Amino acid sequence: MSHAKWIRVSDEKFVELGAGKLLSLYETMYRMRRFEEEIANLYRKGLVPSSAHVYIGQEAVGAGVCANLEKGDYVLTTHRGHAHNVAMGVPLNRLAAEILGKVDGLSRGRGGSMRVCDPEYGVLYACPIVGSNIPIAAGVGLALKRLRPGKVVACFFGDGASNIGDFHEGLNLASIWKAPVLYVCENNQYALSVSIKRSTSVENIADRGCAYNVPGYIVDGNDVVAVYEATRMILQEMRRGAGPAILECKTYRWLGHHVGDPGTAYRTKEEVEEWKAKCPIKRLKTKLLELGLASEDEIRQIEEKVEEEVKEAMDFAVKSPYPPEDELMLHIY
Amino acid sequence: MIEALNEALREEMERDERVIVLGEDVGVLGGIYRVTKGLLELFGPERVIDTPISEEGFVGASIGAALTGLRPVVEIMYADFLANCMNQIVNFASKIHYMTAGRLKVPIVVRAMVGHGRGHGGDHSQVPMTWFLNIPGLKIVSPATPKDAKGLLKSSIRDDAPVLFFEPYILYRVKGPVPEGEYTIPLGKADTKRKGDDITIVAISAMVPRALEAAEKLSQEGIEAEVIDPMTISPMDWDAIISSVKRTNRLVVVEYSPKSWGVGAEIAARVMEEAFDYLDAPVARVAAPDVPIPVSPALGKLTVPTAEDVIKAVKSIV
Repeated sequence: MSHAKWIRVSDEKFVELGAGKLLSLYETMYRMRRFEEEIANLYRKGLVPSSAHVYIGQEAVGAGVCANLEKGDYVLTTHRGHAHNVAMGVPLNRLAAEILGKVDGLSRGRGGSMRVCDPEYGVLYACPIVGSNIPIAAGVGLALKRLRPGKVVACFFGDGASNIGDFHEGLNLASIWKAPVLYVCENNQYALSVSIKRSTSVENIADRGCAYNVPGYIVDGNDVVAVYEATRMILQEMRRGAGPAILECKTYRWLGHHVGDPGTAYRTKEEVEEWKAKCPIKRLKTKLLELGLASEDEIRQIEEKVEEEVKEAMDFAVKSPYPPEDELMLHIY
Repeated sequence: MIEALNEALREEMERDERVIVLGEDVGVLGGIYRVTKGLLELFGPERVIDTPISEEGFVGASIGAALTGLRPVVEIMYADFLANCMNQIVNFASKIHYMTAGRLKVPIVVRAMVGHGRGHGGDHSQVPMTWFLNIPGLKIVSPATPKDAKGLLKSSIRDDAPVLFFEPYILYRVKGPVPEGEYTIPLGKADTKRKGDDITIVAISAMVPRALEAAEKLSQEGIEAEVIDPMTISPMDWDAIISSVKRTNRLVVVEYSPKSWGVGAEIAARVMEEAFDYLDAPVARVAAPDVPIPVSPALGKLTVPTAEDVIKAVKSIV
């Protein structure tokens, strides 16, 4: 039994949102996908100095949530944070350069893949330790409430994070403070290799909200319109002073925990294929065509534009030099 | 010292409305040792926040609030409980500024009551500065007088770095002069608490008064010790120590953390690197023995260095 509320959308919602919004969601997801595919390629060529935890398969979550954020809102992301930056509009060239540890990167190559962020675009920080951003988000919410009422923070985390103390301490604090924090659980069903079925006492992470008086919602995390709509409804209340909420998005990562992990030792081929068939990007494309909201041509044009942007970004990042050695001791107290 | 700390908090909260205070029992109760007494009444529950018992949670939240524009001062009831929020301090507070190439700042102060004196035993009496001294990106401060406590806390609150501020329990009720009116004491600068030409004693935190007591007794025997209180332990004011040692040619370091891998070890190594030729004797260390602190007073008292221990160490190298 689930305490959290499932939010589902019908075809009417697609029509109501209209071609403009849907195509923009499509473009964001396509950009996230292509960016990550190219990062994975660069990783395989040995150009990424760290692990690269790519987001392929989960695009609907980041795209649907971030499309509801406005100027002054924040995102706190995780080790799997490249695509959230893409969704928030962070320039792809500096993002890619950062992942490659290059001087033109967002943090001059110091933070790398797991700490990509740009507060100017609303991505406050990427917390590479599972769950640590959950209490940090409670404090961001506390400060936003006082300094910029009406603004919110979206805190992304995976299913695995719901088992660490930070999740529980953070949710409790956000709840007693009525902090405007949207906790977005990207339930991709595996914490590295361990299935949620073996690690977690509940089927739905959102159900854990009720222990902290935090309302829980669940959506099909491969349906960008469902994610968008659920987020819109939750944030509408949150901006008016409702406290935190937890939105669990059921999804799947196609690749392993990171690019170097084939992800096959702990998942069956059938399971992976089953989820690939539920590709959030293809799914929206099919709907757009089916409902006559966009033509093949319009979609192709978007894809071509994105291809070019991504290619330019990767070229820029590859060509960018590493930071000079004399930067090592900068910015240390 | 408690009143001096309270004044520092009050003045900084009056000066800058971004300063907030949070922690266990800091509001209605005013802190278990009353350091935050009266702040709730003056500044209200938005700025003086009683938290649940949730160190990792509220230290993490303080980091978030700091990233968003507030300047949180967090109270950790016992420094031992820093173990409960080590992740947020070590992996986030200390890292974010550097890892983002200076784009982000985490201006938090984590105040923690430190050390023995209540007979509470090994997990309520530690002096855990050394846990954090190996973490670049933090500032670590510990005052030994009421005047220093106020001036250093004010500077810590104004500093953009994350600061761990260790308040020695045993000095909480010590009285001492505090200047009238506004003043601050800069971080990173040592204070020479006593001048002398025969030996340098570097004393940390609650060991400062003991070192001074030892110096007075030694003076009666004709040994003039210089007593340096670094006040900020990281970054250490190496110039003050090195230049003093170059003059006195002898050094004793007094701390009350366990001796092994301690502050004294680092100071001794640094002095060897930078002033080896000036040393007329090996550096002597006075520190706590490498044991947890037992409750029984008969044993507990053996874990804290005394003025007599300092005198003995001085005499061993003079």
